[in-house]
Amino acid sequence: MSEVLLDVKNLTGGYGPIRVLHGFDFHVAAGEVVVILGANGAGKTTTLRAVSGMIEASGSIDLAGKQLIGKNSADVVRLGVAHVPQGRGTLPELSVEDNLHVGAFIRKDKEVQADIDNWYEIYPVLHARRHQRAGSLSGGEQQMLAVARALMSRPDLLLLDEPSLGLAPIIVQDLFERFGEINREMGTTMLVVEQNAQLALGIANRGYVLESGEISVEGRAQDLMHDDAIRKAYLGV
Amino acid sequence: MELFIARLFDGLSNGATYGLIALALVIIYKATTLINFAQGEMAMFGAFVVLVLATERGLPIWVAVFVGMLLSAVAGAIIERTLIRPFDPSDHLPLVIITLGLFLAIGSLAGIIWRFDPRQFPRMFPSGNALTFGLATLSWYTICVVLTVVVVVGLLTLLLNKTKIGLAFRAVSSNLESSELSGIRVGPTLQFGWALAAAVGTLGASIYVADPVHQLEPTVMARVLIFAATAAAIGGLDSLGGAIIGGMIIGMVQSILVQYVPFIPNEMSLATAVVVLVLVLLYRPSGLFGTPPVERV
Repeated sequence: MSEVLLDVKNLTGGYGPIRVLHGFDFHVAAGEVVVILGANGAGKTTTLRAVSGMIEASGSIDLAGKQLIGKNSADVVRLGVAHVPQGRGTLPELSVEDNLHVGAFIRKDKEVQADIDNWYEIYPVLHARRHQRAGSLSGGEQQMLAVARALMSRPDLLLLDEPSLGLAPIIVQDLFERFGEINREMGTTMLVVEQNAQLALGIANRGYVLESGEISVEGRAQDLMHDDAIRKAYLGV
Repeated sequence: MELFIARLFDGLSNGATYGLIALALVIIYKATTLINFAQGEMAMFGAFVVLVLATERGLPIWVAVFVGMLLSAVAGAIIERTLIRPFDPSDHLPLVIITLGLFLAIGSLAGIIWRFDPRQFPRMFPSGNALTFGLATLSWYTICVVLTVVVVVGLLTLLLNKTKIGLAFRAVSSNLESSELSGIRVGPTLQFGWALAAAVGTLGASIYVADPVHQLEPTVMARVLIFAATAAAIGGLDSLGGAIIGGMIIGMVQSILVQYVPFIPNEMSLATAVVVLVLVLLYRPSGLFGTPPVERV
């Protein structure tokens, strides 16, 4: 197995006095796609928010030797974690091109424009609409822009929070195919939180099932897909 | 007709200064969707600082204005850090109360330091008239005010669209969470907005009281703020150009209506501004140039 990129131990956290995460471990190896499944309110989003410093958490979140606990989100992205939040990952009033520039905010190198051009090539809709407000794109296009925006920071780890939320099934299918391509071609490590278990497991290497703030099942994506209990609970078959 | 042009010219200079104060309101509104009710008083205080620098320290007036703008920017940054940032930005009521408190505190402070007697402000622009059409005269003051406003809007547009801090500012205005996740430090970015607004406000107030018919006193901006807030709302609250055009509209309406509608005495010109505001908001809720909320899901 390749090197562990993100190693989380005994993670607890929540919102004010309400504790959502009750102390669990998980890890993501470099180059892997790992999916966290679970019902509404299980703590999936909270887990991602803890990793990127948006809520107070305790335990240990180790990213290639760097401790993320206690860091705020503006610092965490500088350490190599990009986060596409649920639903609204774009800056709707800004142009598509400015959204990509915001994604590269922490970079000081000269290759920002080349990376933007690269995204225009991968996803020509962004090029056609580069001067339009991001809010005028369709839901699927916005989600793709949000992912491109996050990847503009050249992260080691990409966090995706419910990318399928509110999108038509055919668009979700296309989106996940693109995530798979990004992982294979750019080698981006991904931690995905998703309700649509079938699609997510389709591109994932491994998965965890989160139940009431604790991990109940973990395993290889293929095994999870054929696990009867999981099929009943999350695959709807 | 000459009278009409005369009133139009009169409205122009007032309108431009309303526009500048409106601009300051819009800068803070864009970042925080908060109307800073103390903006006028901050600007008045800044103008007093400019007056002191120019008359007591003997600085040339434009140097005094520049130093006054810098000092205002620092003060704006301090106000943001100490009174605004500690509070939850999504809960507007406490913040509005704080700006109202600032309004009273700054007004009283200026009264304690400089008393309430009106003072003559130094000339910033050449005096006399540039053009005369019979009754209508276009003064150098009006021309220079309009030029100054054009330069300020131009510089602000460059600052917001071509610099990194400008990009950060626009990003934070649009989506706080995603900006933070992109590595933008939200606090300092909003602080930059407050500093910028304070500097623009001080310039606006200085220009306003540099008009020979106005004088500087601690209450001078209270009225202007109402016109400016109306101007900002007409322009759309989040549009820089809209703020200026809104200011012009208010300035003109005020000056023309009072002339031609005999049953509106001068004292009621404030009310005419509100009538215009109601009409605009009734038919275009996001103002003339504001961004209507468009979001596809």
